[in-house]
Amino acid sequence: MERMFLSGNEAVVYGALDAGCNFYAGYPITPSSEIMHLMAEELPKRGGVFIQAEDELAAINMLIGASWAGARAMTATSGPGFSLMQEGIGYAVMTETPLVIVDVMRAGPATGQATKPAQGDIMQARWGRHGDQYVPVLAPSNPQEAYNFIIEAFDIAEKLRTPVIMLTDEFIGHGREVVYRRDRSRVTVSTRRKPQGQEPFFDSKDPRIPPPMPVLGEGYYVLVTGSTHNGYGYRDVHSFETHYKLVSRLKRKIWENISELFKYRVYGEPSKARTAIVCYGSSCRPAIDAWMKLGNPHVIVVKLNTLWPIDYDRLSNILANVEKVVVPELNLGQLIYDVKVCVGRDVKVVGVNKVGGGIPIYPSDIIRVIK
Amino acid sequence: MTESQVRHPSLDYMREEVLPTAFCPGCYNGILMNALFDAFREIGIRDLKKIVFVSGIGCSSWIPSPYIKADSLHTLHGRAIPVATGVKAFNPELEVIVIGGDGDIASIGGNHLLHAARRNMDLIVIMVNNLVYAMTRGQAAPTTPLGMKTPTTPYGNPEEPVDVVNILVNTNANYVARWCISNYVQLKNSIKDVLTKYKRGFRFIEVYAPCITYVVRRENKSPGEKLRELMKICIPYTRYKSLKPSKRRNLIPVGIFKAEDKPGFIDRYRSFVNRLTQARE
Repeated sequence: MERMFLSGNEAVVYGALDAGCNFYAGYPITPSSEIMHLMAEELPKRGGVFIQAEDELAAINMLIGASWAGARAMTATSGPGFSLMQEGIGYAVMTETPLVIVDVMRAGPATGQATKPAQGDIMQARWGRHGDQYVPVLAPSNPQEAYNFIIEAFDIAEKLRTPVIMLTDEFIGHGREVVYRRDRSRVTVSTRRKPQGQEPFFDSKDPRIPPPMPVLGEGYYVLVTGSTHNGYGYRDVHSFETHYKLVSRLKRKIWENISELFKYRVYGEPSKARTAIVCYGSSCRPAIDAWMKLGNPHVIVVKLNTLWPIDYDRLSNILANVEKVVVPELNLGQLIYDVKVCVGRDVKVVGVNKVGGGIPIYPSDIIRVIK
Repeated sequence: MTESQVRHPSLDYMREEVLPTAFCPGCYNGILMNALFDAFREIGIRDLKKIVFVSGIGCSSWIPSPYIKADSLHTLHGRAIPVATGVKAFNPELEVIVIGGDGDIASIGGNHLLHAARRNMDLIVIMVNNLVYAMTRGQAAPTTPLGMKTPTTPYGNPEEPVDVVNILVNTNANYVARWCISNYVQLKNSIKDVLTKYKRGFRFIEVYAPCITYVVRRENKSPGEKLRELMKICIPYTRYKSLKPSKRRNLIPVGIFKAEDKPGFIDRYRSFVNRLTQARE
């Protein structure tokens, strides 16, 4: 274990390297650029590949190519670049290509305020692509979690053969604090399995387990296509059966692993709770601070580490006794709709929303709403 | 040997189970496929294990996926070159060949083409220029001639076409050639060139092959008649240059415009990776 003083962006890089990341392609964008700078410095020293792409469209597609050639690939970006990457992420879902995308969120839409934090990409991370598709989304709340969660992101990507999105924001990316870096030997990340015999590359009997993934150049003669395909990769752009079978398996691959994917932490005792604060990412800091200041046994904090998929049943159970839920977000209210479906109609759900200008949510903002 | 035992030699490189192809009768894609397979055979490449094909969306993108028996990535519209870049950069031992149309490579993927050439990325790119977006029913492409009628230019194309070869000659690309589909031997030799003599950097071959269904048929010509016409109008670019601009109309300059062996991205990147990793030891 090594004690380091890191910004969230730097912590992402060290976490990714410890998870075995050996390919990075990206395009400079505030406030994520430090991830790219440090990758440009570190990857060549380790024999990895770093490419500055001509745009984010190229970056995400370079990741796809590298991943099929056997790489553990990642990129980092912010809002506008994340928008450009959506099509590529959809392709990665359809072709079951493991990769990791970090979105250091800034105030949008459009160019917005490039240097100011926000949490406005929550819904885009889930629904930014066309068609039915599900991508795990993780949300660390500080540099230490940025380090831990990026390792987990690589693990999920490899284990489920899927793209994984990690959402941080400018506060986390540029905030600097102590991060404990694990010894390499103590970092374990799953590795994708190669096919044996005649095993299909794009179908599996158990939808919870992804099919094995061949590596290019090893004689598998793999056909990869973003069109609807059968288990062996042959295009079938006509039949209902092939399409329905494929997309429903891709959905089940994520949703039937929900008990492993959905992670959260509860501060306080849910059985006594009358008021809950549901938070994620950098908004958890003021939420936990408010909870500590209040010292009220009837108040709990539910900190979501996973933003997608959300286990609505589990969240409902935690919120079963509350009369009021406060949802602090650095946007105009996005996760609040998930909370609303988890509680009865008589429960008051209140958002604490700020965005722009780099103004954080203060603990007092949350306390005011609770009292 | 009876007739049933005669086997087309190109089948060695193809996935027979997916034949016949989906191409229109008379489509020139088949000629390109044969040129490619002849080149492989003449070089002595027995199987395509170490060759990865990457294609985007369009008629010519279907050549490798699924017809060629090799690893192939059939990617998003316009994104074949970046995907190929990712494959090649991570595993330089593989020969990566991009096959795509003019719409895929010069329009929606135009920026990637320019930057792969600037990077001198170690890729072979074969652009089949059929003058239109054929898969989506023949709309105007950036290569469509001025004045040509298509579904999106019903009163004639008001825009000038792009000359991709002319652009790429002025980049850092190592190899730039254009052949008409009627220049079978030269095309095959160019493919052999980029697989043997010029093994690194960005290598680009434009194959001028007008769409049978949406261009040639509209000119009231048969595929054979068009081929005979191409034999006349596709002339060496040195001769083309010597003509007065007024005499150049309707002629297509072909040839190898550029053939160099400068280090590409891979060699440059490897050289500093080697320096850094040695410094570390």
